[in-house]
Amino acid sequence: MADVHLSNRKFVLGTSAVLVVIIYIVRLFTLQLMSDDYARRADSNALMRRIQFPARGAITDRRGKLLVYNQPAYDIMVVMREQVGVDTLDLCQSLGIDTTWYHRRMAEIKDRYRNPGYSPHTPQLFMSQLSVEEFSNFQEKLFRFPGFYIQKRSIRQYTGPYAAHIIGDVGEVNPADIEADDYYRSGDYIGKQGVERSYERQLRGIKGSEIVLRDVHGRIKGRYQDGRFDQRPIPGKNLVLSIDLELQKLGERLMRGKLGSIVAIEPATGEILCMVSAPSYDPRTMVGRQRGKKHRELSLDPMKPLLNRAIMGQYPPGSTFKTSQALTFLQEGIITPQTSFSCSHGFHFKGLTVGCHGHPSPLPLVPAIGTSCNGYFCWGLYYMLGNRTQFHSTQEAMTCWKDHMVAMGFGYKLGVDLPGEKRGLIPNAAYYDKAYKGSWTGLTVISISIGQGEVTLTPLQIANLGATIANRGWFITPHIVREIQGEDLDTLYTQRRYTRVSPVHYETVVEGMQRAVEGGTCRSAKNPWYVTCGKTGTAQNRGHDHSVFMGFAPRDNPQIAIAVYVENGGWGANYGVPLGALMMEQYINGHLSPESEAKAETFANKTIDYGSYAR
Amino acid sequence: MAAMRDKPKTIFTSIDWFTILLYLLLLAFGWMSICGACYEYGEPKDILSLASLGTRTGMQLVWIGSSMVLGAVILMLDDRIFDTFAYFIYAALLLLLLATPFLAHDIKGSMSWIKIGSFSLQPAEFAKFATALVLAKFMSGYGFRLEGSWRNMAICMALIVAPMALIVLQKETGSALVYFSLLLMLYREGMPGSVLFTGISAVTYVVVGLRFADVMVLSGTTSLGVLLVMLLIVVFVAGLIFAYARPSVLQRENAGESRAAAHTYRLALISTLGLALGGMAFVVGVAHFWFPRVQPMSWLPFDVAPLLVVICGALILRLLWIGLSSHIYRYVYIALFAFGSMAVFFSAHTLVDHLAPHQRTRVMVLLGLEEDPNGVGYNQIQSKIAIGSGGLEGKGFLNGTQTKLKYVPEQETDFIFCTVGEEQGFIGSAAVLVLFLLLLLRLIYLAERQPYAFGRVYGYCVFSVFFFHVLINIGMVLGLMPVIGIPLPFFSYGGSSLWGFTLLLFIFLRIDAGRIRMQR
Repeated sequence: MADVHLSNRKFVLGTSAVLVVIIYIVRLFTLQLMSDDYARRADSNALMRRIQFPARGAITDRRGKLLVYNQPAYDIMVVMREQVGVDTLDLCQSLGIDTTWYHRRMAEIKDRYRNPGYSPHTPQLFMSQLSVEEFSNFQEKLFRFPGFYIQKRSIRQYTGPYAAHIIGDVGEVNPADIEADDYYRSGDYIGKQGVERSYERQLRGIKGSEIVLRDVHGRIKGRYQDGRFDQRPIPGKNLVLSIDLELQKLGERLMRGKLGSIVAIEPATGEILCMVSAPSYDPRTMVGRQRGKKHRELSLDPMKPLLNRAIMGQYPPGSTFKTSQALTFLQEGIITPQTSFSCSHGFHFKGLTVGCHGHPSPLPLVPAIGTSCNGYFCWGLYYMLGNRTQFHSTQEAMTCWKDHMVAMGFGYKLGVDLPGEKRGLIPNAAYYDKAYKGSWTGLTVISISIGQGEVTLTPLQIANLGATIANRGWFITPHIVREIQGEDLDTLYTQRRYTRVSPVHYETVVEGMQRAVEGGTCRSAKNPWYVTCGKTGTAQNRGHDHSVFMGFAPRDNPQIAIAVYVENGGWGANYGVPLGALMMEQYINGHLSPESEAKAETFANKTIDYGSYAR
Repeated sequence: MAAMRDKPKTIFTSIDWFTILLYLLLLAFGWMSICGACYEYGEPKDILSLASLGTRTGMQLVWIGSSMVLGAVILMLDDRIFDTFAYFIYAALLLLLLATPFLAHDIKGSMSWIKIGSFSLQPAEFAKFATALVLAKFMSGYGFRLEGSWRNMAICMALIVAPMALIVLQKETGSALVYFSLLLMLYREGMPGSVLFTGISAVTYVVVGLRFADVMVLSGTTSLGVLLVMLLIVVFVAGLIFAYARPSVLQRENAGESRAAAHTYRLALISTLGLALGGMAFVVGVAHFWFPRVQPMSWLPFDVAPLLVVICGALILRLLWIGLSSHIYRYVYIALFAFGSMAVFFSAHTLVDHLAPHQRTRVMVLLGLEEDPNGVGYNQIQSKIAIGSGGLEGKGFLNGTQTKLKYVPEQETDFIFCTVGEEQGFIGSAAVLVLFLLLLLRLIYLAERQPYAFGRVYGYCVFSVFFFHVLINIGMVLGLMPVIGIPLPFFSYGGSSLWGFTLLLFIFLRIDAGRIRMQR
């Protein structure tokens, strides 16, 4: 009886076995069939996309001379698990490092806080971007250092010490770059300044990838499905800059020892022929391992060599601005070419005096431009802002004036294809209402008519003024890239932008600028080969005056428009005119005459003492 | 009968070929899994290179071949030698286990491996069949009864605990725990079910309580562990009342008067399910709905655990009162069970709380509740990913990525079932589970058809050991059981465990094959 009772317990045991198996099958069902979450996690476990980097696009000047290319560099990688028994001293000597650096670097590699992807089984970066010379030295001894490997990569290389601000440089992406564009991963390179930055998308190309199988230690075990899903990298596009390298070289030579900028534009196309910002630096020093150190050094320099003054420097344009005033007054009917204003060593009215140099008086417009008469343009602005038949108020007149200035490309960024452009300042009615609490007249703001006071422009805007006059009333947004391989330029750089002044008025101003060269302030720009038009500027500021020149040549079918701005260079004729003339000669003739060459050498060797420059 | 006597009885006709078939199928599945787990990416996939010596797959083939030879040899032995030499074999293996830590070399902290030539053997794997034999021998003695004999019970427990203790000394706690499974056999042989039940519930309290100790109910301050354990106690008490104090049960076992019993039974059930369970629900409900929230994200404003404990205590007193007043002392025992349950839970809890952090971690690791500190739950997460990625049909033989690229630790030993899940998918892994179930049910069937206690006890030992291994190993891989490192029979890599399981199974097949001669 008892035995029968006990033998029933086989059912309890059998049932529990059946229940366990059923529970386990249900569990299997939920794990394997209810969701594909686990399958996805398995793929991210085992499949690794290994990035293949495309070659960055090369950069040439407008005549096809190579400016920037890629050079092989070598990274030294170390696999911690394999580097046992390495003679540390020998290694350090071969690499030219000291043992303390070696030990610090090894500790950094192993520090999971600083190097989150650390695994002792996979190659870790030990030293980056060795040059070919450094590398060849090391390679001979490589067999003695188990666990150390060489990884080839490419770095940017520059053919000469020129155009640093235009070309810019590349550096490792920072967290903000990664945040902004998910193309980038930590350790990628990105254009930091200049064209390298503004054309980053074209230059960088498209990364390729190969999918590899990776084990739990991160070791690569082979290609997934024999590379069926791999993608080859697409190289970056090459760029042709509108820069003329010879012109750029001359400009940089002439600006040695000075602060300032030279910008030249081809008026018909808006292409920037040269863009010099002084002081500059050698872009070849901004590659490889020294970049960080060099960059820090430059950023601490009080002369601010990293600043691209051509687009970031906002200067009073001085008398070069008078051309824009003449155009405005003509268009608004304030003056005609025949209108004369008196000037007795300046503008004197109601106790206000704006000084001027000695010249015959009264003068009509053309000679007024030629001799750069201050009084003429002060009267012009005074009559424009005080004209109550055309404008109901000073404010309305001011707004009309401001609209003319903006249409000429002032007061706002022009839209050049370089990062960091500044807009300059063109005051408007609201600006003065605020500054003077509503009580101001043409007299209050009279100095803006001669490019002083509140008005500031960038050298690029001044050069663009020259291009606009050369074109008799229009310009194409200045740009530095002429061609992108396999891609059209942005329509911004092919469309004409017209000012609000009609071409006939421009002819008058051109006449005045020719007069300035032939018998006025720009006499030293006169030459036997072509007719030059120019306008000097002597911009007053706290220290010594800035020397400015704006011009173009030849008068008909102009090939080049130029702005020269030399900080504290004195009269416009001191530096601006001769430098501008030399630049135009170089571009139009393709070379300098022997006399000009001698002159260029003289100017190249002139330095201006800036003392303890701080601004 | 005459015709049968004339026909010569050979081992080939009396052997249970169905079990042999299951054994061979499991071995085949097992070898495929080893191939999947050990295959190095990029190696040739043909059968010759898989079978070549020097690789793990080749070695496993050697183990499988030698196991089959071992099985055949056992089948050719006289079945009486197991009976005769049971004590001798047991004593010899105890000595070997005792000597092992001194002969062993340390493998990952385990002192259980003896090196013989180029092979390593784990004596613990062979102690299972020896213990099964000695239990079968002892329990098949003349007039042996387990029910009502504390002495016999104690001797059985001693025979089980002796090898366990020696294996614990070798730091193989997982292998030692396997011996607890023999309680299943003792249950079949007459050990009161309440003992088995008490043991299982004690383990459940500790594991559940510690596992959920740090999970808070409704983001409040009440530990889910305490709540669950209190609920479990009440449910278990209700179950025990139903199983042991039902009027029909009492009547059959002459343990009380039927009319009074029916009344008391109703009273006790109402107290348990109505008052205790309802009271707990009421406390949680009131706290949740009527008390203002202290923190915005907390839906239980204060710790209700003390109230739950008070309710449990009240239930114990109530059952004591019912038992004593009605003279049905089973209620007193049930009250003692409930009290013991709370005592076990709280003493384990207090003990663990007062341990130093590293000791606490060690206890938690031992219970499989925590893994080594630098990868909590890593193994089980990886194994779930591997299995889950298999889908319905799996990735195919040698095509798994997770197991192949060594994401799953111990993949060719304790976590071998991952490979089945990943490469054979749901169909394959369910098939393996069904094969194991068939084997287990077949073992019960074979054990029950033994004419003598010796064969039946041994058969149930075999069943218990296999059941425990499958339950724990596959449950662990599926994330349902704590991580206890024991192999999956016929699947996990290694000669010792394969030989051990083959010995265990084939001795039973040999005993079974001899049942008819013994009958005569």
